[in-house]
Amino acid sequence: MTGRRLIVVTGKGGVGKSTVAAALAVAAVRRGQRTVVVEVAASDDVARALGGSAGDSLRETEPYPGMRHVTIDRRAAMEAYLHDEVPGVVPAALLARSRAFELFVAATPGMSDLLTIGKVWELAQRPRHTRGASPYDLVVLDAPASGNVAGLLAAPRTFRSIARVGPIANQCAAIDRTLTDAGATQVVAVATPEQMPVTETLMLRGALRRQLGIELRAVVVNRVVCTPLHDEDLEALAGAGDDPAVASARWLHGRAQAHREQIARLRRGMPDADVVTLPFLFTRELRRQQIEQLAARLDGLAP
Amino acid sequence: MSGLATRLDGKRIVICAGAGGVGKTTISAAVALGLASQGLRVALVTIDPARRLAEALGLDRLDNEPRGVDPARLGAGDLRLRGELSAMMLDVKRTFDELVALLAPDPATARAILANPVYEQLSTTLAGSQEYTAIAKLFELEQRGGYDAIVLDTPPSRSAIDFLHAPERLTGFLDGRLLAIFLAPSGQVLRAAGIVFGAMRRITGVGLLDDLTTFFRLVSGLLAGLRARAADVERLLTDQRTAFVVVSSPERAPLEEAIHFARELERNGMHRAGVIVNRVHPLDAGDLGRAATARRLAPALGCALADAVAGAHARVQLLAARDRDAVDELRAALDEPALACVLDRERDLRDIAALAAELLG
Repeated sequence: MTGRRLIVVTGKGGVGKSTVAAALAVAAVRRGQRTVVVEVAASDDVARALGGSAGDSLRETEPYPGMRHVTIDRRAAMEAYLHDEVPGVVPAALLARSRAFELFVAATPGMSDLLTIGKVWELAQRPRHTRGASPYDLVVLDAPASGNVAGLLAAPRTFRSIARVGPIANQCAAIDRTLTDAGATQVVAVATPEQMPVTETLMLRGALRRQLGIELRAVVVNRVVCTPLHDEDLEALAGAGDDPAVASARWLHGRAQAHREQIARLRRGMPDADVVTLPFLFTRELRRQQIEQLAARLDGLAP
Repeated sequence: MSGLATRLDGKRIVICAGAGGVGKTTISAAVALGLASQGLRVALVTIDPARRLAEALGLDRLDNEPRGVDPARLGAGDLRLRGELSAMMLDVKRTFDELVALLAPDPATARAILANPVYEQLSTTLAGSQEYTAIAKLFELEQRGGYDAIVLDTPPSRSAIDFLHAPERLTGFLDGRLLAIFLAPSGQVLRAAGIVFGAMRRITGVGLLDDLTTFFRLVSGLLAGLRARAADVERLLTDQRTAFVVVSSPERAPLEEAIHFARELERNGMHRAGVIVNRVHPLDAGDLGRAATARRLAPALGCALADAVAGAHARVQLLAARDRDAVDELRAALDEPALACVLDRERDLRDIAALAAELLG
């Protein structure tokens, strides 16, 4: 697993994706890797999970010792990318703030995503393309929850298919190579052990294969409930009648069983993948300490 | 009638809003079914339903129109449906296509727009297009008549507030001065825009720029119509007979989203019919702690099992306490008497009917 530079953490809203991204980053930092977590747009979930707060776009904060955090908003990513990769065309700031350019970006297939993933790619370069910027051993991308991650990763080739020449098109080949090299980029899907998240994970696997030839090999199933009861105990519970504690125990047992079924379904659909389960943490709030616990469980996934 | 049912009485449009992942679509379906069971003719507009719910609602007919739903598939077999329920899944591209056909000055222009590669891209990816078309569809169904109530399940966006501002964002983006830049690339154009054009051409090549220019030329004729439609739909949102139901779960992010959204509704003079908190764990108010629970159960279950059960109970209590605090916080922040809590269950489709009765019975 040497040479892995980018981990893309993906999953729908509410599955704890940002928590997992934070935990993966912490696991890497503990192994001595200079790590940066990148979030897109106005989201600052990872920084919040670690008790810090996100800085202004593209300003690097340090929510956990040794770990950096960057928030990218589209416009800043655009500006930075143009500044680094296409210097001298026009002042990047002017271009990025032009409404005409903004509309142009929106109308051009793959361009908006390309500018985002381009900045993420730049963060993983050694040396950095941005002058004076410090290099990282690992970039963890907390991909947007409601976005289409296969589309995001396919942006370089989408864009290249409609704009074959020019400085950005040339760059696309290099970015695409990194993203589709399993040694360099790993996609980690986060799900909860429920019907829809598991279905969506299986669909994502198909989409990554079809659009990019990327194999989804790592899934983190979050918030898995375990039961202290055995199936044989259920009959014995009848002896305690209507007790609310018994109702709780039955509920927990039923939930744990449903979770086991969904995990089995996921494993059947992805027989070659590494499926790591993270326990449901029955605490009032998820704090840094719990993230560190989760990091220990995820250690095998981080390079 | 429940508090929520009273507040929804007489409303023609019910919009279920809230953060993604809280179970909005299920709640919307239950609200729609509940209104139908009271005798109304109801149309449900969904955005992104889970496959099983989509099948039960008969949403395999993807023609962007509401079609009759068989209430038995939602478990309402014994519930005599005095009214009617129809449902549809919103097709963003198709709704835009319909708008283009409606607003274009002639069929040739409409065809040219629909065939334009920039239109293809813009109509699905431009920020706010899901929200804009959802409201546009709502408006169309309301105008058409034939429904006593229309229930909209809003798009799964990170910020529910995007929904409220989508029409103005979308049309603002296509504003007149911007179009002028593309339509007259020389002469009166600002020097800066000339530079931008040059840059765009160098960065991406000429072909793309041509497509974009053609697109804006075609669309300039529609813009007045699009803006008028945006104004109409915005009026719809503030209408007396339109009500919002805010949906949340006890988790932090959706909760803050719900509070934020409710305040935004107030600020814009929009009407809130109620708040629903989904996936709440019930608290055992009589709980005396793990050891006491184990002791209480030991005679009936034996020590080992009693201890295991007490442990499970303690865990579930923690969840429930957390949820209760969240619900209290929401109730206080929004001063909301009609706050309904929906208990956390592995929801079977048959439960939609039960949920409908719970919310609106």
